[in-house]
Amino acid sequence: MSTTFRLFPQAASTTANSVDALYFFLVAVAAFFSILIFGLIFFFAIRHRRRVAREVPQEVRGGLTLEIIWTVIPFGLVMVMFAWGASVYLEVARPPDNALQAYVVGKQWMWKTQHMEGQREINELHVPVGRPVKLTMTSEDVIHSFYVPDFRVKWDVLPGKYTTVWFHPTRTGKFRLFCAEYCGTKHSGMIGWIHVMEPAAYESWLSGGGASGSLASSGEKLFQDLACGNCHRVDQPGRCPDLTGLFGKPVRLADGRSVVADEAYIRESIVNPGAKITAGFQPIMPTFQGLVTEEGMLQLIEYIKSLSGRPAGAQAPPGTAPAPERQAAGERGPSLPGSAPEKR
Amino acid sequence: MITATVEQKHYLNAEYGLKSWLLTTDHKRIGLLYLGTITFFFLLGGIFATLIRLELLTPPGDLTNSETYNKFFTLHGVIMVFFFLIPSIPATLGNFLIPMMVGARDLAFPKLNLLSWYLLLAGGLLSMWAMFAGGVDTGWTFYTPYSTTYSNTYVIATALGAFIAGFSSILTGLNFIVTIHRMRAPGLTWFRLPLFVWSHYAAALIMVLGTPVLAVTLVLVALERAFRIGIFDPALGGDPVLFQHLFWFYSHPAVYIMVLPGMGVISELVSTFSRRRVFGYGFVAFSSVAIAVYGFLVWGHHMFVSSQSVYASLVFSFLSFFVAIPSAIKVFNWTATLYKGSISYETPMLYAFGFIGLFTMGGLTGLFVATLGVDVHVHDTYFVVAHFHYIMVGGTLMAYLGGLHFWWPKMTGRMYPEGWAKLSALVIFLGFNLTFFPQFLLGYLGMPRRYHAYPDEFQVLHVLSTAGASVLAVGYLIPLVYLVWSLRYGKRATANPFGATGLEWKTSSPPPTYNFDVTPAVTHEAYDYRALAEEETEGVRVG
Amino acid sequence: MDTHALESPALRHHFDTAEQQKDASTLGMWIFLVTEIMFFGGLFAGYTVYRQLYPNVFAAASNELDILLGGVNTAVLIFSSFTMVLAVWSAQTGSRKGLMVNLVLTMLLGLVFLVIKGFEWHHKWVMHEIPGASFHWEGPNPGQAQLFFSLYFAMTGLHALHMVVGIGILSLLLYMAWRGRFSRDYYTPVDTAGLYWHFVDIIWIFLFPLLYLIGRHHHG
Repeated sequence: MSTTFRLFPQAASTTANSVDALYFFLVAVAAFFSILIFGLIFFFAIRHRRRVAREVPQEVRGGLTLEIIWTVIPFGLVMVMFAWGASVYLEVARPPDNALQAYVVGKQWMWKTQHMEGQREINELHVPVGRPVKLTMTSEDVIHSFYVPDFRVKWDVLPGKYTTVWFHPTRTGKFRLFCAEYCGTKHSGMIGWIHVMEPAAYESWLSGGGASGSLASSGEKLFQDLACGNCHRVDQPGRCPDLTGLFGKPVRLADGRSVVADEAYIRESIVNPGAKITAGFQPIMPTFQGLVTEEGMLQLIEYIKSLSGRPAGAQAPPGTAPAPERQAAGERGPSLPGSAPEKR
Repeated sequence: MITATVEQKHYLNAEYGLKSWLLTTDHKRIGLLYLGTITFFFLLGGIFATLIRLELLTPPGDLTNSETYNKFFTLHGVIMVFFFLIPSIPATLGNFLIPMMVGARDLAFPKLNLLSWYLLLAGGLLSMWAMFAGGVDTGWTFYTPYSTTYSNTYVIATALGAFIAGFSSILTGLNFIVTIHRMRAPGLTWFRLPLFVWSHYAAALIMVLGTPVLAVTLVLVALERAFRIGIFDPALGGDPVLFQHLFWFYSHPAVYIMVLPGMGVISELVSTFSRRRVFGYGFVAFSSVAIAVYGFLVWGHHMFVSSQSVYASLVFSFLSFFVAIPSAIKVFNWTATLYKGSISYETPMLYAFGFIGLFTMGGLTGLFVATLGVDVHVHDTYFVVAHFHYIMVGGTLMAYLGGLHFWWPKMTGRMYPEGWAKLSALVIFLGFNLTFFPQFLLGYLGMPRRYHAYPDEFQVLHVLSTAGASVLAVGYLIPLVYLVWSLRYGKRATANPFGATGLEWKTSSPPPTYNFDVTPAVTHEAYDYRALAEEETEGVRVG
Repeated sequence: MDTHALESPALRHHFDTAEQQKDASTLGMWIFLVTEIMFFGGLFAGYTVYRQLYPNVFAAASNELDILLGGVNTAVLIFSSFTMVLAVWSAQTGSRKGLMVNLVLTMLLGLVFLVIKGFEWHHKWVMHEIPGASFHWEGPNPGQAQLFFSLYFAMTGLHALHMVVGIGILSLLLYMAWRGRFSRDYYTPVDTAGLYWHFVDIIWIFLFPLLYLIGRHHHG
């Protein structure tokens, strides 16, 4: 529990240990130089105090050696800081492939979280201890920032964009979740808890009910409710691109560019269908902006991911899909026969 | 009441009446107009700071509701940054001293100088109107899309106020650059200039190059808010993060507008009160320019977790560390200046000691936030709040007060009371550290910025901080009283009460309207105390 | 010793020589123009980002602009720069009449530019291409097209504002010239106003290709 007074935060994730080690190094450097400067000022101020009213001390014009010393040493130190800081940052910025996935939607002034299995929470997130967790996040309104001090991780949550944050909890318990980017009136009320549980307890929590089917199945239902399937048909891929096996693959666009079908691409194609037209298709899809909530969007994305044939939640990063699958995508993918060889 | 001797004519008694002040083009009088204006804004910003600290005494939001609290910290930030810190040293001390230090009769464009004061006043009044009409709650950073789409407060009026104040800053910077280039006295080469002038030159470069970008950004915010043109609106294809890029392109260098002039003041103080030429003059001079240049290359370090590219973050972090080097060079050179000096402890020197110590701590904690891995954790927490207050209050404000005491005799012709002044310097130093040091601990614990209410476990440190703030408030009120008192009852000042070397000390206190009876010719370098001593012993008339 | 009073009556008290005063004014104007570049620079940066993001929509939206009117306006402004140069030259050579004629010509050309610009804007109004609630766009991505027009109006609007200020400055110069304030020895205001006028023209030289001509390369 973190509600008791303390002077230093708990270290409850692998990242916390890396950040703390770097922090202690910085504290040591800062303390050394602060004490050095304060000490020298005191020492000189007393030792060289004015004794005669109009005395003129011996003139010293400066020294190149000293200037070089106090340029080069700090430069060396800050380069160590840069390199060390960058390595920790790259660790924080790049989620591992085997991470458990969940989704976060920020809105004024609450956190809405969704698990792959369909559980939804508000201002809370349950995760198992001992394995990395990757959160895909977006906002319904303004910029928020997902911050768990005891994990030493924070990342901004933006409207119209997906960002990710990940952590690897190392101990069980309740840990504070804050919104760190000022988001309006009740910014300070946009707080919650991360519950880190033993894997077995987590499993029983997951099966504890409340969920009306997995995220992908909710997405499938939404897909039908919005009548997406009238056009995006597997059996008759004439008017609209077939979505099977789409996720994580490169898509050739009508203007000759190529994009990878990731979360951001799917989201954009739903709210702003004209932005990136798949080669060989007409821009006939209407926008669904305002018709799909951000949570619904995540469900749709999860459904489209599930169409790849792989189990939801264990998606491999783009480009690492096994070769046969990629080939298959190329054959029956989003392009019509005849439009594929089109060159611009 | 009236002294027996006939008073000499000087800039203060040359003319009387309100008109002689409101239509003056004398840089010294304009400096005093600024002094009054920014003191007012400082007190106003200070009231909001007090209310913030009182609210944070207890974990729940019990003094005000959250809407009011958000307006408090926004107004504290807007007023302190745009209407106090940015004009503080340049517009008062710089305005007053730069023409004298270069041996000129005025700044190059005196009417423009007066206009820039009116612009600051107009911007300030507009922002105050917004404040009374209903306030603004976006934070001084005006982040989109909150400021453009979601906030229901007076964003446009406040932004326009900052926009107008920005032009005041641009005109001041332009005036300084032209004056320093074209108006130097015969013999006053670049490397004979006081370091105060060098640092103001560097700050003026930033004012001229950076402020227009802020201005156009605020215009876009206003247009977006008024007409929903889409520039920062993700629903229309705009990018809210573009705002952050444009905003910090100015607002990071703006930190150096605030602190560079302070560094200039400290160079003068350290030299005068140890009677030594500043150690490594050339290095200190060029480090000011280096800071100004690097300052423009590091804005992205405010956005390490904002979704900007990982590679952009790497580059911005790398460049940010480069700013540390010229800052370190300055601190080491000031410290070395003390070595084997003839050090006396008048009040301005106490402020200079305070500045060096606090700026060192502020700078070193800047390394923490420039370090990518640590910034992910401390970004937008009280650690950042503490860091920039160490720079802006511990640095700029200490330098401003030190400079104000140092040049007070020159500006008013009266001495400040030394005992009270020393006491208040000490109180301010202690109060400052008690206020802001606990905030470093709070930040690393994870306390986010701009929180109206907070969990219980943070309370002890918040109470310490509030206690410090009350000490700090007392520390600021003491000089306010005795400086006003000294205008009438202070001891009369001689031309050069501290035995300093600059040209401004070669004219009477207060100076005549055109500064010098005869345009001075400069024959030696800055900070030449031997030459000064010779002049004095030879009985050369000084002042 | 005090030669101050002997110099031109236009010499202000705080300058030592007329040359110092002229140097200061010229440097001041150059620095002001640098701030102007930074001011427009923010908009150019925004334009660059969004054009990069949405090249096709920007090209399509650019096609809505009238290249003929834009081209005519470019020619008008270039010609006005020429008359401005003639005005400065007349001032240098002490020709009061030449100065006044050329100032009037420059102002007239500036007005022609603004009138043509006004027609273009009016057309956008009729076509519902003014960003805001009434904005209407047939093609795909109306939001992105609106971004183009937002930038178009912000940039050309700011430029037109500078033209208006410029015409105001020239009117003042005309009045001063009429009163015989300028001479071969003192014409600094004409000189610095000329710098400003050329700067405003140059901004247009950048705006014209960026806003009008991009669609001509793209067939998106």
